[in-house]
Formats: sequence, C-alpha cells, structure tokens
Amino acid sequence: MTPLSFAFAHSLPEILLAIGALCLLMLGVFKSGGRDWIISELAIAILGVAFLMMFVELKEPALVYDGAFIDDAFGRFMKALALGGALISLLMSREFMAREGIDLFEFPVLVLLATLGMLMLISAHNLIALYLGLELMSLALYVIAAFHRHNVRASEAGLKYFVLGALSSGMLLYGSSLLYGFAGTVSFPGIAAALKGNVHLGVIFGLVFVMAGLAFKMSVVPFHMWTPDVYEGAPTPVTAFFASAAKMAAVAVTVRIIITAFPGIEGQWRQIIVFMSILSMAIGAFAAIGQTNIKRLMAYSSIGHMGFALVGLAAGTEKGVNGVLMYMAIYLVMTLGTFAAILSMRTGGKYVESIHDLAGLSRSRKGMAFFLAMMMLSLAGIPPLAGFFAKWYAFAAAIDAGLYPLAVIGMLSSVVACFYYLRVVKIIYLDEPAAPFEGVSREVTAVMYLAGAAVVLYWVFPGPLVSAATAAAKSLF
Amino acid sequence: MTIGLTHYLSVAAILFTLGVMGIILNRKNIIVILMSVELILLSVNINLVAFSSFLGDLTGQVFSLFILTVAAAEAAIGLAILVTYYRNRGTIAVEDINVLKG
Repeated sequence: MTPLSFAFAHSLPEILLAIGALCLLMLGVFKSGGRDWIISELAIAILGVAFLMMFVELKEPALVYDGAFIDDAFGRFMKALALGGALISLLMSREFMAREGIDLFEFPVLVLLATLGMLMLISAHNLIALYLGLELMSLALYVIAAFHRHNVRASEAGLKYFVLGALSSGMLLYGSSLLYGFAGTVSFPGIAAALKGNVHLGVIFGLVFVMAGLAFKMSVVPFHMWTPDVYEGAPTPVTAFFASAAKMAAVAVTVRIIITAFPGIEGQWRQIIVFMSILSMAIGAFAAIGQTNIKRLMAYSSIGHMGFALVGLAAGTEKGVNGVLMYMAIYLVMTLGTFAAILSMRTGGKYVESIHDLAGLSRSRKGMAFFLAMMMLSLAGIPPLAGFFAKWYAFAAAIDAGLYPLAVIGMLSSVVACFYYLRVVKIIYLDEPAAPFEGVSREVTAVMYLAGAAVVLYWVFPGPLVSAATAAAKSLF
Repeated sequence: MTIGLTHYLSVAAILFTLGVMGIILNRKNIIVILMSVELILLSVNINLVAFSSFLGDLTGQVFSLFILTVAAAEAAIGLAILVTYYRNRGTIAVEDINVLKG
C-alpha cells in the first residue's frame, strides 16, 4: 500500500463526510429550492455509514499526514460516540425543524461539517490539527445555534456563543503559540519529549491557556457562562447536538492532549483539572436548583456531569481514562434520551420548555413519564441505572489514584444534584395534571424508548461497552 | 539595543491583554468585540512568527497562515450573526443583550 492510499484508508470517514457535505450543499442549492427535500435523509445515511466504519477492525494505531492525524482505538471509540450523537440529533431534528418552519437544507450540511470538525479534533495529533478541527466544529456550531434567524432568542444565543467561543479559541491559540515556542514543536509526542527534565515556565503558561480554551468547549466552570443561555436560546435539536456530539469531541481532545503531550508534568495539570472538576460539580448542582426551564436545567446538569467526567481524568491513569470513556458513553445515551423527551413536549401546536408543563404526565402519557423519570434518576446516579455505573467508574479511578477529597466532594455534590432531578420526577408523578402533550413523530418516541431501555437495562449486559472502553483507554498509554 | 525574542513576546502579550480587556470591559458595541478578537488572533501570529524565526523552524509560520485564513472565516460568520441579531432587536449595544438570563 502506498503512503497516500494508506493515509486515505485511515481517514476514510472524514473524507466521506467532507465530500458528502459538499455534494449535499450542491444538491441543496441547485435542486431543493431552499427546503430540506431529501438532504437530511442523505446526511443521516452518510453519518450512519461513517458510524459503521468505526467498527472495522483496527490492527494497530496509524499515524498519517506527517504525524498530524492518528487513527487509534481511543479515537475510534470517541468518534463512534460523536457520530452517534450527531446522527440521532439530526434524526430527531426533522420534525421540530419542519414544525418551526426552519427545515432548510443548510442545517444537515452544517451538522455534517461540524461532525467532520469533531472527527478531526478527536484524531488531532498536533497543535495545528487541533486548532483546525476545533474551528471547523465551532464555526459550524455558531451558525446552527443562530439557525432560527427570525427568533430573538436564537440569534442572541448564537451571538453569545460566537463572542465567547472566539475568545476561547484566542486563548487556546495563545497557549499553543507558547507551547510551540518553548517546546520547539507542535506535535504532541514531541512536546512530551521536550518536557523531560526541567520545565520552562512558558510551557506551564501555555498549558494553562490551552486548558482554558478546551474547558470552554467542554463547558466546565469557570468557563461555563455561555452554556445555560445558549442551551436555552438555540433550537432544541441543536441543543441536543451541543450536549451530545460536541461534548464528546471536546472531552476526547482534552484527554488526548493531557495524556500524550503532558505525561511528565502531572503535578501541573492535575491541580487545574481538580479545580475545574470540583467547581463544575458544585455549580452544576447548586445553580440548577432554581431553574424552571428544562433546557436551562439540562445545561447546568451537563456542567455538573462534565465535572464528574473530569474526576476520572484527574487520576491520569489508564483506569481513569477508562472511567472518562465510560462516563461519556453513558452520558451520551442519557442526554439524548432526555432531549427526545423534551422534543415530545408540545401543547396547543407549540413546543413548551417549562418543567411545570410536565405536571401529571404520568396520567396522560404513562410510557413517556416512566422513561423520563428513569432518565432523571439515572442522571442523578441512582443504582442500578446506567448513570450510577458511570459515576462508579470515574470515582473508583480517583480513589485508586489517592484523590480522596475530590471523590468525597463529588459524592456530596451528586447528593445535592439529586434534589432537582427528583423534583422533576415529583412533578411528573404527583402534581395536578397540566395540559396533555400532543403526539410526536415515531423517531423521537423510538429514541426516547431505546435510550430509556438502555439506561434501565445497562447492568444486564455491560460487557461490550466495558471491553471497548478498556481497549480504547489502553491505546492511549 | 538589539531587538530580541523577549521584545516580540512582550508586544504580543500586551496586544493579547488589550484584546481580552476589550472583550471584557467594553459595554458599548459588539463591533468593538469583533475588533478585539482580531487583535487577539494577530498577537498570536506575532508570537508564532517570532518563535519561528528564532527557532529556525518553519512550522510556526505555517501555523500563522492557517490562523489568518480561519480568522477571516470567523469574522465573516461573526458579522453574519450580528446582522441577524440586529434585524431582530434593532440594537447592537452590549448591555441590551439580555433576553436570555437566569
């Protein structure tokens, strides 16, 4: 196999998405007359094919394009999650976009481009590839946040996301330039090699700035301010996409850069991660208590969950990375299931977002009430639901690494977080019924039921996920 | 006095700080924020080119070319979002961006 065809073979999903997005854009401009037509079906098919490619057997990690792009088990695992999140968000978006009158062909094309950025980000193996992947993802996400362009709230969400996102990529870049200057190279293993021996202060500065930029994309405290506003203002399927696929890519690249570029200076990055993790868990738990908008509630919930995922990363061991991967996989299922339920909240021909609209849901829609309640209990981390096991893996790694205070604070904040999840369950089962919801499309209902079943029955058959995550974590070390 | 790496890094650090301050302290107008973002990106370019020249390594200059192109795309998207926002609200003052809060 020639070097070029070897590189193409290992980046086939990315090439497929890039060419697919360009072809769909042409098709949309020349054939569809502005409406969605069959563009979103084709985009879903492309994402599905790329998703299946992640299961093609990989013999050993391949480093291609002059060391800028790596294809390994870790990347495959996170890419499968990101593609799954994108695919399901797009599937759920079709009904919402049509009812809101924004079913334009640009939306699936932008989702494809954002997903391409995520895949490049997950596979990035030097600072330039990281920056390009991040910007491809972010630029597409800014536009789809403001996609409902005649809506004040959506355009404000897009504007806020853009301004703070541009600031964060500026910080990431400044950090990258310092890392390049003081380590003398942009490649992750090259930086790791340059950090042997005494560490220059400039590298520490670079590390801090890069972590700040990545923390913004993960929506981790103290860079979380945009999350509630953007989650509330953006159209609901877009919020689902932000909370699922975009999070996967940001967490994956953070884990990769920390483990492959900074293995020698654990003491430096561990304190940053522990600090962000504790603050995220606490703010995610306390700030969500007063929320009445369910999308805002999910934003604070996602901030808290990123804090829990970082507990595993703080350990910095193979077991810790395994914990992060398990956490992200389970979080993806829970968040998609919850957003499927939010997309089913429609009364009087309008989508509603207040948690009080869920009142007495158990009397009008028994199945939806049960699965939404299970999703809330799983997000709270109540055994034997999947969310409990996610926290178990992350905290077990932290305790193994001797981070007892972190684990204890994590447990306490998850107890506080239980309050607002249980309040939603109480509203569903005990309050006087509000107006019943209208029916929704089969896709949304199917996603809700499948995610609910996966969360409830995870303990029966955890084997395949555990072994995939273990192999993925092993490939990083 | 010869101009060394430290001088270039200091200029870049000052520009970066000005850019960040411009975003955080500015209460008037979103266009100023877009200008501050450009300032941040250009300060990074000064850093990269200075390092590239003093290390004798071309990678930094390649990186700065990528940043220039992405910055152009970013400015275009920022202005486009700003125009849709202006059409909906009729203002681009920073203190009026307050529909979403809580």
